[in-house]
Amino acid sequence: MSAAIRESCDLAVIGAGPAGLAAAATAARLGLDTVLFDEQPAPGGQIYRAITETPLSERGVLGEDYWHGGALLEPFFQSGAQYVPGATVWSVTREGEIGVSVAGAARLLQARHVILATGALERPFPIPGWTLPGVMTCGAAQILLKSSGLVAAGQVVLAGSGPLLWLIAAQYLRAGGEIAALLDTTPSANWSAALPHLPGFLASSYLAKGMKLVREVKRRVKVIAHVASLAAIGGDRVEEVAYRVFGGSETRMPVDTLLLHQGVVPNINLSTAIGCAHGWDPAQLCFTPVSDEWGMSSLDGIAIAGDGAGISGALAAEHRGRLAGLDAARRLGRIGDDARDRAATPHRTALARAERGRRFLDRLYRPAEAFRLPAPETLACRCEEVTAQQVQEAVALGVQGPNQLKSFLRCGMGPCQGRLCGLTVTELIAKARGVPPGAVGYYRLRPPVKPITLAELASLPRGEAAEKAVVRG
Amino acid sequence: MFRRAKEAGTARVSLSVDGRPIAAEAGDSVAAALLAAGITACRTTPVSGAPRAPYCMMGVCFECLVTIDGIGSRQACLTPVRDGMRIETQQGRREAGR
Amino acid sequence: MRSPDVIVIGGGLHGCSAALHLARRGVKVQVLEKDYAGRHASGVNAGGVRRLGRHVAEIPLSVASMELWHRIRDLVDDDCGFESNGQVKVAENEAELALLAQRVAEARALGFSHEELIDRQQMRAVLPAVAEHCTGAIYCRDDGAANPYRTTLAFRRAAERAGARIAEGVRVTGVSREGRGWRVETADGTAHRAAVIVNCAGAWADRVAAALGESAPVLPSAFMLMISNRLEHFVKPVVGAAGRPLSFKQFANGTVLIGGGYKGSLDRDANWTELDFRGLAESAKTVWDLFPIMRGAQIMRAWAGIEARMPDDIPVLGPSSTEEGAFHAFGFSGHGFQLGPISGAIMAELVVTGRTNLPIEPFRINRFGAS
Repeated sequence: MSAAIRESCDLAVIGAGPAGLAAAATAARLGLDTVLFDEQPAPGGQIYRAITETPLSERGVLGEDYWHGGALLEPFFQSGAQYVPGATVWSVTREGEIGVSVAGAARLLQARHVILATGALERPFPIPGWTLPGVMTCGAAQILLKSSGLVAAGQVVLAGSGPLLWLIAAQYLRAGGEIAALLDTTPSANWSAALPHLPGFLASSYLAKGMKLVREVKRRVKVIAHVASLAAIGGDRVEEVAYRVFGGSETRMPVDTLLLHQGVVPNINLSTAIGCAHGWDPAQLCFTPVSDEWGMSSLDGIAIAGDGAGISGALAAEHRGRLAGLDAARRLGRIGDDARDRAATPHRTALARAERGRRFLDRLYRPAEAFRLPAPETLACRCEEVTAQQVQEAVALGVQGPNQLKSFLRCGMGPCQGRLCGLTVTELIAKARGVPPGAVGYYRLRPPVKPITLAELASLPRGEAAEKAVVRG
Repeated sequence: MFRRAKEAGTARVSLSVDGRPIAAEAGDSVAAALLAAGITACRTTPVSGAPRAPYCMMGVCFECLVTIDGIGSRQACLTPVRDGMRIETQQGRREAGR
Repeated sequence: MRSPDVIVIGGGLHGCSAALHLARRGVKVQVLEKDYAGRHASGVNAGGVRRLGRHVAEIPLSVASMELWHRIRDLVDDDCGFESNGQVKVAENEAELALLAQRVAEARALGFSHEELIDRQQMRAVLPAVAEHCTGAIYCRDDGAANPYRTTLAFRRAAERAGARIAEGVRVTGVSREGRGWRVETADGTAHRAAVIVNCAGAWADRVAAALGESAPVLPSAFMLMISNRLEHFVKPVVGAAGRPLSFKQFANGTVLIGGGYKGSLDRDANWTELDFRGLAESAKTVWDLFPIMRGAQIMRAWAGIEARMPDDIPVLGPSSTEEGAFHAFGFSGHGFQLGPISGAIMAELVVTGRTNLPIEPFRINRFGAS
């Protein structure tokens, strides 16, 4: 389906995961002229990836939590919102001007209100050899499974920490995949540290679901706990994984596909480029945009919903999306404060329920420093092939933060624009300087937040504003 | 190395990679098609020439850059396959003028 | 601790250059920089090091500065990434070429021979990838480009090695007379004192000038730049165009920098710039037309620094018109990078001897007429 991009709308929502679908549906039903942009060809974001098209039609494979995502589609498609798939948003200004490309053509659209729902991405997992072909994220394996019914063949090893690791392992096994080993990097000390949050966890649905998944996986997969170091070894592709259990000596296993995962973090590239304020979250060890209880960022007219506002999971994302949609309608004068607050009540209750237990999970699965701060020879920046040692040496020369670093090294200047190195570089600098990551800050990002071709840029419709903007020199 | 645990039941699509034909299913991304065909590396880096392959499959890592129908540095994981598509793996710096 | 002889307000390239030259003359200098050296225009410009196409008043300064550039390692103990592969300004039609010819003739009449008029064939030898329709160009073979942040940092470090003190994160909030000297207040509540102040405050320099009772119509401007992915090498000199804004350069790593004067918007108190993609689209079209080989390129990043433009596009350089012991070097209007080495030398000369050999009359602060 290709949709002509208009020149203006009331509300632009970016991202068709649970938060975006729910926000757009809510706002459009209240009468806002709403456009939902998404980069993928089909809705669902990452957590509900391929929900309209997956070959894995047997529901038991991906599980009911996944299929729940289907419930978001009908309300969205019935709401009157315009859906633009295959759309890469490369710029959003504080005034709500959206720069977007569809099928190689770039356009500018003016929105009165914007909701960013770009979700999360996997936390970088910089181990030696992580750039070798055959090393991928667990999320990548999950996408290949959902979208194309593909499982890795041969020796498959999963490594890392976090609830998604167990979910993906279970889905893989149900789909007929084989897993040679699961290397669990959760530090044993995390268990006692997480205990204070146990009551919330016990009262949540995570306990039963989590235990079921872990049992299911442990029945069929060799699980090695307390893994303290990891390395991918190989020439042109990964051939072995080397690991060391805490207090033990190095063991090597042959491997064809190594799948890494140590949690997800908000995707802040767009919110940072717009200029929204962000803060360092010491519990989740990542930067999170500043936002209020409706998702409104530090900039009026730019709201953020879902995991992009802070990691809380798929269910919380859809409730936050509805709250952001309600607030959009209130801000644009469609409903009053009272109507908004009344309509919000059930969503707030559902949100609180969805968030129960998360603090326990956050603390339990807090990744070990050894896996956040790579060894000196390990690549911190994949795109520009910069090692951790090079970053540390730059700090010794006086570099205070990731932006000054860009003048010495090319960290953050490659195509991924810091998505796979930003947190690593910030933490490396913080550690070398002996200050908290919040004091170091993050890359200063500007649009385009995704590369745009010269052809696309040149195809932007001319405006007479461009004439006035020229300085002869 | 990847295998189909479940066929999509959609149309078969043929594309070429560096001139060699491979088969895929409608609905695959180009990255998925490459992995399903056993292609290990889709490019070498412009910095050191090291081989790279898709890493995140969601458009974030930019490792899956290939030339598609003459246009270079396209993210294979975001591009659905089409019958007759010409894929070229990228060696180092992308040539200007393509 | 003795207070400094001179306070330099602004730690960009011009401030650090002034500090270096003053320190080398034995003057005790304190630089007060509100962010960090190179945070603004100095650190994020296109890095063009040119005499080509300068306003006639700037030419003598630019020629003198160029001599310093060709010995930059001697000056600051760093090569600053300076490469001298020439600069070329192309004409796209006969009318533009005629204007370029006129320009070269005028420069020669004034005694300057750095600009050569080259015909289509000669131009194609220097720029094999330029579009077919270009008719000729002006060529300055010893012009080039350098790394702006690295240069600013090199000047800063050299100034410190020479004895200057550079304070960063220190924002000047007030400037007032105290006896025969100056009292400079900063946001942390400190009062700094010196006999002489030098205003190198860039896009904020009008505020410092105002404290001296001078009005300088600074137009804070956000000139936009963008950079491509890595491409095979196809161009060596820096390229401009006679008829439309362009500054075009390919780095050793293959990336191509595209600038040229299209502006975004800004909030100078928030250190914030906003890109205008319609302007960048015009830049893209210019590149599309002039270098067809770039048509498959990708734009990886764009940005805009905060620069000070003056209404006549030449800087303010010279003593205060109202106060003794106060000097200005600001308003470089998007082409101050190449003048960095010489502007500091001029400031030092003025401060220490009261005069300079270079003709700075055209840059006087009170040239803008009644406010």
